[in-house]
Amino acid sequence: MNQLEGVVHKYYRDNIDTDVIIPGQYLKIHDHKELAKHAMEGIDVEFSKKVSEGDFLLCGRNFGCGSSREHAPIALANSGIKAIIAPSFARIFYRNAVDGGYLLPIEVEEETCRQIENGDRIIVDILNSKLVNVTQGMKAYDTKPFPALIARIIEAGGLINLDPHQLIDV
Amino acid sequence: MTLTEKILARAAGKASVAPGDVVFAKVDKLMMHDVSGPGVIKVLEEWKKRGKNLERVWDPDKVWVTEDHFVPAADKISAKNIITLSNWTKRFGIKKHFKYGLGQYGICHTLSHEEALVLPGEVYVGGDSHTNTTGALGAFAAGLGHSDIAYVLHHGLIWFKVPETILFKLHGELPSYVMAKDVILRIIGDIGTEGGNYKCMQFSGEAIDQMSMEERLTLTNMTTEAGAKNGIIEPDSITESYLKERTEVPFQCVLGDEDANYLDIHHYELNEMDPIVARPFSPANTCDVRDVQGVEIDKAYIGSCTGAKLEDLRAASRLLKGRKVKVRTEVLPAAQSIYISALHEGLVNIFVDAGCVVGPPTCGACCGAHMGVLGPKEICISTTNRNFPGRMGDIESKTFLASPLVVAASAISGKITDPRDITT
Repeated sequence: MNQLEGVVHKYYRDNIDTDVIIPGQYLKIHDHKELAKHAMEGIDVEFSKKVSEGDFLLCGRNFGCGSSREHAPIALANSGIKAIIAPSFARIFYRNAVDGGYLLPIEVEEETCRQIENGDRIIVDILNSKLVNVTQGMKAYDTKPFPALIARIIEAGGLINLDPHQLIDV
Repeated sequence: MTLTEKILARAAGKASVAPGDVVFAKVDKLMMHDVSGPGVIKVLEEWKKRGKNLERVWDPDKVWVTEDHFVPAADKISAKNIITLSNWTKRFGIKKHFKYGLGQYGICHTLSHEEALVLPGEVYVGGDSHTNTTGALGAFAAGLGHSDIAYVLHHGLIWFKVPETILFKLHGELPSYVMAKDVILRIIGDIGTEGGNYKCMQFSGEAIDQMSMEERLTLTNMTTEAGAKNGIIEPDSITESYLKERTEVPFQCVLGDEDANYLDIHHYELNEMDPIVARPFSPANTCDVRDVQGVEIDKAYIGSCTGAKLEDLRAASRLLKGRKVKVRTEVLPAAQSIYISALHEGLVNIFVDAGCVVGPPTCGACCGAHMGVLGPKEICISTTNRNFPGRMGDIESKTFLASPLVVAASAISGKITDPRDITT
């Protein structure tokens, strides 16, 4: 999984919290497909209908702040989202996304978020830490490289596939 | 090293660690509840299908489980989740399962300190973001998601990036009618909801030396709202006596080094502080109560791990005694032990006589799940910790976060009120 290609859904605002990503009333639900129907319901009730498999979400700073609910990356991943592009992520959301192997948190500059438009087709080049905007004439943007440990977990497809001894001193 | 660095170094079997190091920490305690528990069980089932089967929990005596978010069972799905959780704890020999309606139970974070389930110097992980609360006991306490908790159940280890520590030195003495809740709201208002992201927020200073354990717990509880990995307070004689009243298990108080490095040191003079609220829709959207004085409310809520400890109830009762509430007011002690103390101290009578409903410990309304959610355009003032859109119910409802004193004063007048103005 060195490259992903998909369409961007842009909700460019800061502090999109887990109560918005998947409201508290759905926390009792553990069926992943059912959770997907309610993804981003607090911001756009039509969200799950708009997303196709392999698409990306583009948001503002501190994406996923709030609760530790793993329902948040689960709902987004099962709605089809494969990566979230944002200037920064809240810590529990970030590690849930990576350790659960659900989706990629891609950190970029604020300016990159401003330039990419809703509906743009993007290539996420993980190996070279780049985004390429197919819609805007193959314009390229840098992404923040994953720290070694995070890259290792992403490569393995989540923590499940790694024993502690495979991760110590990465 | 700071206290957090020392704890993580010890847990990782290293002589020293520095911020930015990634360590595998041995976990001393693990908690999950009726939301994260079934989520973790689902992950474990998925992992089993993929060849990673959990035959035994790494150490069943280090695990404890609560029923708090959807109790009393909100509906058939919630009831089924609790059955799933109970079957799991039975199968894996987890003895500490605090069950709703069976003696002591309550909100997970409240039980962590009420029952002294976590001790100074320990690494404690919980399947809930407000796990940070327990850092007030001098432990490293951090929230994790389902997959990470499942990993700890397998291996007893989890990775952490050692956080930088921001030190908040609190000076002076809290004026009457100002509480720890006002202090932490003020801090979050200053540093923002991302101000502590990935970091440790530590509290010290002579105001902390004088502060009760329950008030300290309010500070660390809401470090989550600034994005912090953990909140922590060095243990002292107050910590020791609090814990010794609750456990006979011996413990050692670990402290940070004198020459520890802090990313930043913020000083706060508490003598000058006024009661504060966080307006919708962010815990960082703070202002003095006086600035929103008179905003009409539909509901006052005294509950949650943040604002329904015994001292929170005592504070609210001081204002509610002999008075009547003007809007619907709910008081939900955070644990059964607190409920019992409130009953014996006469606080429950005060609340009921004032016209409040006193309910069972639950997270229900705080997270908009059940047991009194808000309707469209309703306005609530609450002792809880979050006020994001839709947090306590309808997406068009609004929540103001405040101390138990501000909430009680507002309940009495039916609009947002400075507790210093309740005199007659």
